[in-house]
Amino acid sequence: MTAAVRREPTFVGMPPFPEAAEAELANPVQRANLRAATHTIRAKRDAVVAELPDWELLRRAGEAIKDDVLARLPGLLEHLEAAVRAAGGVVHWARDAAEANAIVVDIVRAEGVDEVVKVKSMATEEIELNNALAEAGIHAWETDLAQLIVQLGDDLPSHIVVPAIHRNRAQIREIFVREMGRVGRPAPERLSDEPAALAAAARLHLREKFLRAKVAVSGANFAIADTGTVCVVESEGNGRMCLTLPETLITVLGVEKLLPTWGDLEVFLQLLPRSATGERMNPYTSMWTGITPGDGPREFHLILLDNGRSDVLSDPVGRQALRCIRCAACLNVCPVYERTGGHAYGSVYPGPIGAILTPQLRGIARHPVDAQTASLPFASSLCGACFDACPVRIDIPEVLVHLRAQVVDGGRGPHDRAEDAGMKTLRWMFEKPWRIGFAQHVAGVGAHFVRHGVIGRVPLPKRVSGPVGAWFADRDAPAPPAESFRSWYKRTEGGREL
Amino acid sequence: MRLALFITCFNDTLFPETGASVVRVLRRLGHEVEFPYDQVCCGQMHFNSGYRRDAVPLVRSFVEAFEGYDAVIVPSGSCTAMVREHSATVARTAGGTLPEGVARVAPKVYELSEFLVDVLGVTDVGAYFPHSVAYHPTCHSLRMLRVGDRPTRLLRAVRGLTLVDLPRAEECCGFGGTFAVKNAPTSAAMGDDKVSAVLESGAQVLCAGDNSCLTHIGGLVSRQHAGVRVLHLADILARTDALPDVPVYRPGLPGASDLVVGHAPGPEATR
Repeated sequence: MTAAVRREPTFVGMPPFPEAAEAELANPVQRANLRAATHTIRAKRDAVVAELPDWELLRRAGEAIKDDVLARLPGLLEHLEAAVRAAGGVVHWARDAAEANAIVVDIVRAEGVDEVVKVKSMATEEIELNNALAEAGIHAWETDLAQLIVQLGDDLPSHIVVPAIHRNRAQIREIFVREMGRVGRPAPERLSDEPAALAAAARLHLREKFLRAKVAVSGANFAIADTGTVCVVESEGNGRMCLTLPETLITVLGVEKLLPTWGDLEVFLQLLPRSATGERMNPYTSMWTGITPGDGPREFHLILLDNGRSDVLSDPVGRQALRCIRCAACLNVCPVYERTGGHAYGSVYPGPIGAILTPQLRGIARHPVDAQTASLPFASSLCGACFDACPVRIDIPEVLVHLRAQVVDGGRGPHDRAEDAGMKTLRWMFEKPWRIGFAQHVAGVGAHFVRHGVIGRVPLPKRVSGPVGAWFADRDAPAPPAESFRSWYKRTEGGREL
Repeated sequence: MRLALFITCFNDTLFPETGASVVRVLRRLGHEVEFPYDQVCCGQMHFNSGYRRDAVPLVRSFVEAFEGYDAVIVPSGSCTAMVREHSATVARTAGGTLPEGVARVAPKVYELSEFLVDVLGVTDVGAYFPHSVAYHPTCHSLRMLRVGDRPTRLLRAVRGLTLVDLPRAEECCGFGGTFAVKNAPTSAAMGDDKVSAVLESGAQVLCAGDNSCLTHIGGLVSRQHAGVRVLHLADILARTDALPDVPVYRPGLPGASDLVVGHAPGPEATR
């Protein structure tokens, strides 16, 4: 391989959500791509969910199984470890990203190779494994079509299930034509932007990598503690190629991905595909237990990744985020995500689940966090569409508000003195009804000077910070009326003139 | 049945007409209501913005103001949701006797359409409103209170009113309390799409059960001179043959004063 090992971009140093979102809002092509894609998946999901008369019961079952797993996680993990070892696998424990990455690098080096193929995995995105491998001189080839588009485009993923959802097919064609040749088999001559042609180009490009690779890295959707079985759910078959062709398979598993028994899979294999892609069942569900002589990889390494999960577990309200099965149904219904896109969230976990998971993984409950992390719990209008869509009933609005309280009351985010003062003033005013009455009177008198009862464009300098400037940038507001309700009620003795 | 009005700080200060409309409708149905002057705010803004400790005195004063009533009527889905769904969380922070107080009072708090349909068993309130109306289900009434079709049943029973479908009705308008200023461009982008949906519907009036959401949508309508009026459900239900028209005050906004009785002006008149 001649190409130098490229580091991939990271979310490190992203500005806080409001700033990042403003930049994303200004990209009309991306907004159109996201709108079309999320609305399509949404409609498909609604249709297949409506087919099941027991959907609500399935959600409750999913919630209960995951809560049970979280309640006895340490024991179940040891159970899993023993089962994997008994089946010939090797189990590693990683406290954080650095430990997990070091374990992977060591295993790859021991195999004496300088490349790995990868099946798309959120856990390895979270720990930025590709960059750790790049630093060790190892190429990591993404084989999921969407993830390949992101990697070739020197881009960041913007969706949990469809990482390149922000790209349209014309953009994808351009990336393939420009980049494929630099890292392997070039795109075919005169490549069109037909989906079938693009898929064929990716297939040809990836084939040589599949056939050559000695080591593969995967994530996992589920791991069954009882038998040590690991499960990957996917749509393209690239995952199965990665899981079966190489000699060594390394799986990075977030510790919350456990299920106690095979029976529990019944629930999740109904919940996940319907919620994620709007399919009754995904095309490829691969399961493997340790190693099988003469079939598949000769070595299997399972890395159990914590990376903040134990701390999330210690928060009685926030821990429900660990039920997440990464279906992204919440992203597909989120009006904020639809308009701002996945990159604005500054994390591999965008959208509503990202807004509650990322701050918790970064330790918002334990120590002050940076402005970007602190902005995430506020990146929501609390409309609640995410909770309704979530197949494991994560009450995302509840956790958002809970995390906001940790930022504000716990002093965990950068302190906003103006907002603090405003909130305290309002509370002071609300504590005594005469105070609000007085304020209403003052506002009513002031409104006398407002023409037509509308406060329109306020002559403020262009970049006025604070809520007033923010409101009036795009909106008018009603001037306060001359008389408040309470004065009217008092004056008319409860509206006697009516 | 002793009935109390919780008019909410937002309506009290900015939309007194909506409060008066609630009084009108209830009186027309033969019910007297009281307005406890000690009421202030449900604490939603503080709670939702993370100022949970500052919400405690507000929840306490709510309980004190409304203890002793059989039902509390609120012309706001989000404030009702705050009291019924979240004030218990605030009360737990405070401890003492507040949790029991909340447990006594909160279940008796009703959003206006719930009270009319479920408690009084009425859908026809004797209103007359000869205009085409689109109804926007606000997020908290839709997903927290699950008011369902109660508001549209009330609207369908209004004589002269044509209810038109609002495309993508269940999508948030982007207000979200402090979200509207903390993430203003995103909030406005969501609201712009809502305004487009209203224009697509062809309705003369956009109706909802929360003046806060309507202030946001109406503020965008006004800035864009989109020529659609926004009106609280109570303000439509209060209209009768004797008082047939849309109250016309601030262009594109629901409001309180300068009530014009007579013929509906065209959209140009509101510019």
